[in-house]
Amino acid sequence: MPLSEELRARVTDSLVSFGADRDLIADDTTLEELDIDSLDVAELAEMLREECEVAVDVKDFAECVTVGEAFAVIAARAEGS
Amino acid sequence: MPEDDRGSALVTGATGIGAAVARALASDGWPVCVTYRTHEQEAAALRGELIAAGANVIITQLDVTDEESVDRAFTRAEQELGPIGALVANAGVLASDLAVTQPIEDFAAVLETNVVGTQRCIRRVLMPMVRARRGRIVLIGSVAAQKAVAGQAAYGASKAALEGLARSVAVEVARRGVTVNVVAPGLIDTERLHEANTGFDPALVPMRRLGAPNEVAACVRFLVSEEAGYVTGAVLTVDGGLSFA
Repeated sequence: MPLSEELRARVTDSLVSFGADRDLIADDTTLEELDIDSLDVAELAEMLREECEVAVDVKDFAECVTVGEAFAVIAARAEGS
Repeated sequence: MPEDDRGSALVTGATGIGAAVARALASDGWPVCVTYRTHEQEAAALRGELIAAGANVIITQLDVTDEESVDRAFTRAEQELGPIGALVANAGVLASDLAVTQPIEDFAAVLETNVVGTQRCIRRVLMPMVRARRGRIVLIGSVAAQKAVAGQAAYGASKAALEGLARSVAVEVARRGVTVNVVAPGLIDTERLHEANTGFDPALVPMRRLGAPNEVAACVRFLVSEEAGYVTGAVLTVDGGLSFA
């Protein structure tokens, strides 16, 4: 199942709040290109748990290289929550 | 920053330097939660004194070696005083003994309280501070991290560890407006110093006197202030010149 529009918007806003350029956020953009680091990922996971009731852990993102892969992890966890 | 926006302060340890820090922060308008492990009467007296002066202060029991206790105390502070904007990790223990005779359990207990316990407190406040894009963490270290003190191998090791801990955490969260610093007191005129019985002669301090708890608190007061926003990973030594004498 694809990521809901609402979750996609929340995650995008979070990435922007970490300093990412909103115009560069696309499925094939890498997290490195957006300058997203491990603290950002930890904060994103916390936001998803606390505010979106998505049971996701930092380790779930360990293999993610692109934004699309991160979205897919969140979608999978959201479906399981 | 308006006072209401900076949140509350939590100070671990209700006697000596901890009490002086609580007085200083309360007088600056911080809502303050002071925690104690065993000194309940002293904490209650401090609370009474500060409330009489118009401050917003609560006290709560906290054992930094117990994660549930940490969570309980910090949650209470958040519920009653608002988000924790400043953590002053002051609680610590001493176990004076020669390294050659000190039971390893006693050595480990000092590190468990002073280092691991401090990290428990940091972990509890760090993510909320990161998400708030602001926060002040001050660890109370010691001149014993830099200055050789016979009989204080465990204490010295624990306080040196706090400096490394502070620097690492400081760089991890620097982008989020959270600062982490150490205030390293020398010989401060507290019951703790007299109990430690280090045998150290105050005449050997370049200033020829013990420090006062409020002289340490003044440094903490600065480091938690808005004006100290560009100071992070630093060790502010308050020792009358002892460490380089």
